Amino acid sequence: MEKIVDIQHLNKSFGAHEVLKDINFSVNKGEVVSIIGSSGSGKSTLLRCINLLEKPSGGEIIYRGENILDDKHDLAEYRKHLGMVFQQFNLFNNHNVLNNCVVGQIKVLKRTRGEAEKVAMKYLGVVGMDRYINAKPKQLSGGQKQRVAIARALCMEPDVILFDEPTSALDPEMVGEVLKVMKDLAESGLTMLIVTHEMEFAKEVSDRVVFMDKGVIAEEGHPEHIFNNPSQERTREFLKRTLVQSRLAFV
Amino acid sequence: MSLDWVIKILVENWPMFLRGAGVTLLIALIGTVFGAIIGLLAGMIRTIPMPERGMRKILLKTINLILSIYIEFFRGTPMIAQAMVIFYGSALAFGIDMNVFAAAIIIVSINTGAYMAEIVRGGVLSIDKGQFEAAHAVGMNHMQTMWNVVLPQVIRNILPATGNQFVINIKDTSVLNVISVTELYFVTKTVSGISYRYFETFFVACMIYFTMTFVVTRILLYIEKRLDGSENYTMITNDTQFEAIQK
Ligand SMILES: Nc1ncnc2c1ncn2[C@@H]1O[C@H](COP(=O)(O)OP(=O)(O)OP(=O)(O)O)[C@@H](O)[C@H]1O
Ligand SMILES: [Mg+2]
Repeated sequence: MEKIVDIQHLNKSFGAHEVLKDINFSVNKGEVVSIIGSSGSGKSTLLRCINLLEKPSGGEIIYRGENILDDKHDLAEYRKHLGMVFQQFNLFNNHNVLNNCVVGQIKVLKRTRGEAEKVAMKYLGVVGMDRYINAKPKQLSGGQKQRVAIARALCMEPDVILFDEPTSALDPEMVGEVLKVMKDLAESGLTMLIVTHEMEFAKEVSDRVVFMDKGVIAEEGHPEHIFNNPSQERTREFLKRTLVQSRLAFV
Repeated sequence: MSLDWVIKILVENWPMFLRGAGVTLLIALIGTVFGAIIGLLAGMIRTIPMPERGMRKILLKTINLILSIYIEFFRGTPMIAQAMVIFYGSALAFGIDMNVFAAAIIIVSINTGAYMAEIVRGGVLSIDKGQFEAAHAVGMNHMQTMWNVVLPQVIRNILPATGNQFVINIKDTSVLNVISVTELYFVTKTVSGISYRYFETFFVACMIYFTMTFVVTRILLYIEKRLDGSENYTMITNDTQFEAIQK
């Protein structure tokens, strides 16, 4: 299987605080990988290290046979092959929906405006937002913003899209529409790496689930294995806790 | 009462007042525009993330130091003294006899630039970190991020402060009378020196200053409103529009 990114012995510290410890992990082409784990376990930090929004303190990130952390590497060139969807959407506030999807294509991929708009319309259609191209971000609901953010990432036609808790900032009634889009994308064969607290969703769409605890990958495997029959005690503990929480939330 | 005098002074001297007001407005306008450009450049440079090492770090540190000195100096000294230093200093140092109008514009520009640099820096810092991260995540470099995402938002945000500087400049150009720029205050002094009616003449000047600042303020508010656009957006509802875009 072709590895999209291969992470070797990755470390990350904020000052004296060691947040990621010797992470070894890779994402294969066409794979959907979910990262779960309790708050503060380092999930976001791992994702942000992968596209270098945070600078790793040590280790290697191998992309197309090269270590991206080598000094000479062009960050922007590497980043354009990775999409990112943020918890807080982060749509460009000064651009309307269409331009949010177009500006990166023009500036980074050097596409013409015509080409870029065509691509944008295609992916805005995929997420069901093609009728809102004139709207500014502040005029959209959270769920709509997140779907535009997903389209923006898709427009760059990246090798993998990283999702950092894409539904955590949404009102409950909007979570479904975003998860639905993500599920469709997963089925279409897109490579995805998803940090999520939506356990049902992770179980359903993932090819592999990674459980993180206190800065290490405690366990990873097929969703059946992780959710129904984990080998580690701390995985079991975590799942029990979140299950209780979601029941409580339900009541 | 002196109302008669006010009218008399106005009737007899209106061409002079008009020219003075024109010069004031022109210096303030050009000075604010140049000042805003200087401020944008300086503010943008001061918010470039510091490289970790190498020549570029030393270069950026040096430029930042020069910019801080510039900002501190011009914010920390009165424009009236700056005007004297620059005007007479240039004559002394380079032997050039500066055109007073050019000198006036230079002084107002660099003075405004010093204030605007800090306003711009604050404007950049106030932009949500997520905007930078999203731009970086699509592969934009620092320049592209600033130009396509951050700067347009900063400019919108600093517009009120820029307008405020313009209004301040309309009033503060009055200090340029010390280098004999024929702006409104200088004209007023001249007129009052002839008529010996100080109260009435300066009362006229105040009315003209106020009219200018009031009108300018309204215009700026109007521009701001226009820039924000409508609160609504048009949804694409029919297929011909749709296909037009997909072309
Ligand atoms: N910029 C930073 N500076 C200092 N510490 C940080 C920074 N970012 C994250 N941390 C710390 O790193 C640890 C891991 O944070 P991270 O955001 O990766 O956790 P997470 O697993 O994503 O949690 P959550 O589920 O709450 O999002 C936390 O203890 C956090 O306080
Ligand atoms: Mg997180």
